[in-house]
Amino acid sequence: MTGDRMIEAEGLVKNYGSTRALDGVDFDVPTGTVLGLLGPNGAGKTTAVRILTTLARPDAGTARVAGFDVAARPGEVRRHIGVAAQDATLDGLLTGRQNLVLVGELCEMGRTAARARATELLEQFELTDAADRVLKGYSGGMRRRLDLAASLMTRPPVLFLDEPTTGLDPTSRQRVWDAIRVLVGDGVTVLLTTQYLDEADALAERIVVVDHGHVIADGTPLALKESSRSARIEITLSSPYPGAAAAIAPLVTGTVQVTDDGRRLSAGVDSTPGLGTLAVRALDAAGAMVDDIEIRQPSLDDVFFALTGGHLPSDNADTDTDADAPALDAAGERPSELEEVTV
Amino acid sequence: MTTTTLSPGPTELVSPHRVSTALGGPVRNVWSMTRRNLVHISREPMQLSDVTIQPVLFTVLFIYIFGGGIPIPGGGSYKDFVLAGLLALNLVTSTMGTAVGLSTDLHEGMIDRFRALPLWRASVLVGRSFADLLTSCLCALIVAVTGLAVGWRAGASVASVVGGFAVVLLFAYSLSWVAACVGLNSKSPESAASFGFIVLFPLAFVSNAMVPTQHMPTWLKTVADWNPVSAVTSAARNLWGNPNPSSDLGAWPMQHPVEAALIWSVVILAIAAPLASHFFRRRTTE
Repeated sequence: MTGDRMIEAEGLVKNYGSTRALDGVDFDVPTGTVLGLLGPNGAGKTTAVRILTTLARPDAGTARVAGFDVAARPGEVRRHIGVAAQDATLDGLLTGRQNLVLVGELCEMGRTAARARATELLEQFELTDAADRVLKGYSGGMRRRLDLAASLMTRPPVLFLDEPTTGLDPTSRQRVWDAIRVLVGDGVTVLLTTQYLDEADALAERIVVVDHGHVIADGTPLALKESSRSARIEITLSSPYPGAAAAIAPLVTGTVQVTDDGRRLSAGVDSTPGLGTLAVRALDAAGAMVDDIEIRQPSLDDVFFALTGGHLPSDNADTDTDADAPALDAAGERPSELEEVTV
Repeated sequence: MTTTTLSPGPTELVSPHRVSTALGGPVRNVWSMTRRNLVHISREPMQLSDVTIQPVLFTVLFIYIFGGGIPIPGGGSYKDFVLAGLLALNLVTSTMGTAVGLSTDLHEGMIDRFRALPLWRASVLVGRSFADLLTSCLCALIVAVTGLAVGWRAGASVASVVGGFAVVLLFAYSLSWVAACVGLNSKSPESAASFGFIVLFPLAFVSNAMVPTQHMPTWLKTVADWNPVSAVTSAARNLWGNPNPSSDLGAWPMQHPVEAALIWSVVILAIAAPLASHFFRRRTTE
């Protein structure tokens, strides 16, 4: 493997007919970390995963997984990866246990070893009670957990999870997240694709945002948020003070919104170092007393909107657990923050 | 789940893959795939009915409904004549299952899962064909038992009778690779199923399987006499010591039915198996 990078993609191009699904995508994933591959439907996430898991060949560019070129040594790549695809591809006519044992056997684990590992995973994913039921009777969450378990049969060092929680209820989602965190704690390298910004925020050390087959952003969740200009400062004063807005005006972008009672101020800000201190000093110098000051970093939703030019990820309003992230309403527009402040 | 019980322990970067010998891996892969398909058949009562209920029904229907009305040129009873034909009919039509099964796997994404595993690619196809061969054996057994129950008797040595079954099973096996080609090219499992009605039923019926070809119009009789199913059925009749009116016909396959049946089976297999593997590769390359 090159250095300590478990997954390396360089200039990946893939066409499906006249559609260019990937148009020169580069990223890499250091060993033992989680990369969140983020993007709207049709952005090229799944295509990238299909190339890295040897299911599709790139038209141009190279990719290496666990040190092996995906085009030249697909067999070696397959020996080192676990794949949980988005349309849980398990055998609906086999029981949960039979599915796991089949995958183990096809990976050339002995039958005894495969059975033991299956029992262990079924217990870990709380599927023991359903283990000997035919998969057709499983709920979506159970299927997804079994799919994840199947991808872990051989304890692969690299794991590809293509939208592992799409369509899951919040509880099931949390369980899958917990499972992924434990794996990462054990040194597994994970590439996770998701449409959910909070999922990438919660799990990934690094995020690559793809759109229309291009990487449009690459960085830590924090760096991505900082790169966005949509942070806001919110200040609560002990009592209304007419000069307060003017005092902080030089520090903010746009106009300062003041509530009717004159105690609360808010404005958009660039991420300036020491902004909090500067704001308090300015208000102090103007004679205003500050009760509370908060600089709200932009949520990944804000970043995502800024990067993709406003076209929407799938509706995640009902599963959004990030309190800071403004929920998307049905029309796909964020509610105005001004209304929140002035009401 | 609680994170405390989840821990799989330290990740072994050396995966517990068995070092496989040159053939050991593929053989185990095929066996795993075969078992998977056998479990499928046991779970799908309708699929199983093709090889259990249908043979019983066909055997009883043909023998009691047509039995009295169809004279056998050269003598002999209809039930002794028709059993080889019923075996061929049942086995030929049941190869539809191969087409439907492969098409279903492609459409449900199951093949993608297999392709991301370090297994011998062809085991998907070979495992499927072996499972179908085993169900064909079950079907043959049911036809034989039903036949015995309604009075069919073979008039040859045990080895010869077993040989007769083997000829029909080999033909069904080669045909299952044709069905695999169809399944790999179908848009959906449903269109794969229509293959059965459009191709397999005429193939089975335009032959000497159910009725002697002597009474057919000349052109149809020619088609029937050269139909591989006629050769297979005649071969089984000869090997079982059952009446075979086709042995009086001039067409080469009817004079040498065992040779003709074997040649047909080998030729079909030699063409269809590589073709299926080509279609499989084409269908799974992107």
